[in-house]
This record gives sequence, structure tokens and C-alpha cells, in this order.
Amino acid sequence: MSEMRRVTAICNGTAIDHIPSGHALQVLKMLRLDVGRSNPISMVMNVPSGKMGRKDVLKIEDRELNQEELDRLALIAPKASVAIIRNYHVAEKRTIELGSELINIVRCSFSNCITQNPREPLPHKLKIISADPMILRCSYCGKNQNIDEIVDFII
Amino acid sequence: MGDLITMDDLTNEEILQVLDNARKLLPVAKGDVYLPLLQGKVLGNLFFENSTRTRMSFETAMKRLGGEVLNLSSIGSSVAKGETLYDTMQMVDGYADIAVIRHPNQGAAQYSADAVNIPILNGGDGAGNHPTQTMLDLFTIREAHGSLEGLHVMMVGDLRYGRTTHSLSHALVRFGAKITLVSPESLRMPDEIVSDLKNHGGEINETEEMSSSIDSADVIYMTRIQKERFPDEDEYIKVAGIYKLIEDDLSSAKAGMIVMHPLPRVNELHASVDSTKHARYFQQAFNGVPTRMALLCRSLGVKIPKKVNK
Repeated sequence: MSEMRRVTAICNGTAIDHIPSGHALQVLKMLRLDVGRSNPISMVMNVPSGKMGRKDVLKIEDRELNQEELDRLALIAPKASVAIIRNYHVAEKRTIELGSELINIVRCSFSNCITQNPREPLPHKLKIISADPMILRCSYCGKNQNIDEIVDFII
Repeated sequence: MGDLITMDDLTNEEILQVLDNARKLLPVAKGDVYLPLLQGKVLGNLFFENSTRTRMSFETAMKRLGGEVLNLSSIGSSVAKGETLYDTMQMVDGYADIAVIRHPNQGAAQYSADAVNIPILNGGDGAGNHPTQTMLDLFTIREAHGSLEGLHVMMVGDLRYGRTTHSLSHALVRFGAKITLVSPESLRMPDEIVSDLKNHGGEINETEEMSSSIDSADVIYMTRIQKERFPDEDEYIKVAGIYKLIEDDLSSAKAGMIVMHPLPRVNELHASVDSTKHARYFQQAFNGVPTRMALLCRSLGVKIPKKVNK
């Protein structure tokens, strides 16, 4: 059985495959799909994968992820494959690309950074120093961020 | 363009050019020559944190070049009423032609530079950077050794919170320095800085012990353990007074070795060193004037004449 088929195929929406094993919940949080009345979501975790050993898969019904959401996804699952599903068929494959700077996606975690004052109006900016391994550095204070905790600092 | 937030804002060539200009401006810095290159210009001196040397030497530098200075401190201004840095900077953008900012929050200088159009000079942001101090440190080192190339520099004390050592080490590795970082474990240079220094090809040694490197050093850069940056006083007490440089420690130092300190000092640098040929820290503090003159001119796009005569 294809691991994508462990849950029913969706009619319309987005399928995210090749999420690092155990990270699907973080992806939901990163995409802000974990709060309120979100769309129906199917999730499989820790299933065997030829490429990755084990992986997680998410299917989000009636929702096509936009580019900003894909940029967010890149922080946790830079190698994920994203398919837009329309009428049970893959209508589009979207690639995840990490730019050189994340603007207003994550805030700096350093307690003494100037951006900790929530009333300061300029955007939060983190430079991508390296994609693999992921190294992010605040564009203002210059502190490297702890990637394991990054999901807690999503804006 | 005219901002100076970290040492990455200057190429090696630009650093040397500023230092050359600072040397030319020495008679102006001493008050022997009046050279009103910055007449009609206003410097905003924005100090949200205590300062003696940086604030005063910027003010002297501006005034000796014929410019005016506006002083702002957080006490007695709208900052005390909770005004954001962004809003304060909008005012300064209208009142001054250039501003120097010192702020307890790291990143405040870059944030200010993003918020306004006038050039911003970082006068120290939390435990981040202090590039104008680095420029006067480099000036002092170059005047003593004739060059910045390939020196062995020891940095001693609070390397975790000490912003002067952060900026200075970044600059020195670009000139091929060998750097010995001497600090207690809890005050080690932050990992991202050590990794940057190594990526620049710097030879970096980290140790907790000071004495064994003294004989081979060209520069000993002492720093104060900064009580005000410790979140917890117990942690401060554990390491306060851990290093003390006295005259006897220098008995087999190289003849040309210089002892520097960004000041203020507490116990780490004994007064017995003051009278040795190695002491250079008071000269270093004065060097803030010509160096900051050269930096103000650079940021404001003002050319310095080829010769400055008495």
C-alpha cells in the first residue's frame, strides 16, 4: 500500500509528503492550522519511506497553500513535496524554496533583542546563513536561533 | 551607505583609509588646528545607556570640526514615557544630520538605521557590537606596531558580554591576527562569533589561563567583567576579580607589547601597569577623538584635505 494512501484520497486541497518523521504537528503549527476551526486534515506519522527511512504526511482538504505558507514550511521540512489536488488529481506540484531572509515569519528568540518590544513596528527579519544544516540569524541583533525551538517563535 | 553598525560595514581598505585620515586629523583633535569641515552639521548623540568616553569623544570630535551636537539620554526624555525607539528615531531624523546611538538592547543600532535616512553610527548595542571603539583600538594598535598585519592579540575578561572584543576580533582576523581568548567558561566568546572568526581563517585559541600567552603577545586587551550585564549577582561574584594584570606579569613581555583597555577598569588592570612602557589605555581613550572625526567625515561624505597644517 502506498503510504500516501493510508488515509483516503482527498478531492481538493494540498498534500504534503516527505515531512521529517515526527514533525507533522510542528508543520501544522507553523502553518497556523492547529487553531480554531481549520479545514479537515488527515495526518500519518512515522510511516516507512524509501527516501527518508521514515516520514510524516499531511493532507489538508479544501485549502491550497500559498507561497508565504510554503516559505514557512521550508523552515521545518525543506525537502517536503507539496502537491495541489483538484478533483482527486495532482493539478500542480509546488517546490519549497528558501530565500535569503525571512521577513515577519519568525521573531528573534533572544531576550535582549530590540525586537522583543512588541510595540516596535519594523518587521522581524532573520537571515538564512545556511539551509543545511539550517542556521538562522537575527538581522538586527546578530544572534543565531535555536532551530529546535523555532516553532515557538512563529509570528 | 554611511552607516557603521558592525565591522562588516567597512572593507579592510576603508578601515585603513579611515585610520590614515584619523592620523591626519591629530592636530585638530588636540586643538592645535581649527578645521571646520563639519560646520553647519548637527550630530545627534543618543545615549540610552551610560557612557563617558564614547559620548564625550564624539562630542569633542564634532565640535573640533565646527559642528554642533544634540544630546539625548533616556532620562528626562519621552523614552522614559515609553516611546518606541522607532518613534524617537523619526524625531532625530528631522533634527540631526547624523546620529550615534548607544542602547542596552542588542540590535538597536541596526534597527535605528532601518528606521531613518540619516547615517547611524553604532556606539554600542547591548552585548552586540561597538565598531567605533574598534576603529580607535585599531588606530592605537597601528600607531604602536606600524601595521595591523599578523599580530598576536590576547583578549582577556568578559568576552561573552564584552561588545568591544566582539567587534575588535572580527576586524583583527581580517588582518591575519592570531587571537588568544582568555575568559572563565561562563564568559566565553559567543559560539556564533568564534565560528565566524574561524570561518574568516583566524587562528583562535580559547583558554581560561592568562599568564602563559603574555610573553608572545603583541597586544593584551583587558576588559572589565561587567556587573550590569549579569542576570544574576551570584554568577557575577563567582567570576569577579578572576584576572588581575600587574606590572610583575609583564617582566618577560615583548618590548613593543602594548596593554589596552576600553575603560572603565575596576580590578583587572592594576595601577602599577600605568607607569610601564606597555600602558596604552589612556592614549587609546584620546584616540577616540581623531578616529571619530574621521568616521563622522566619512559618513557625511566630507573629504579630508591631503595635508592638515598648523
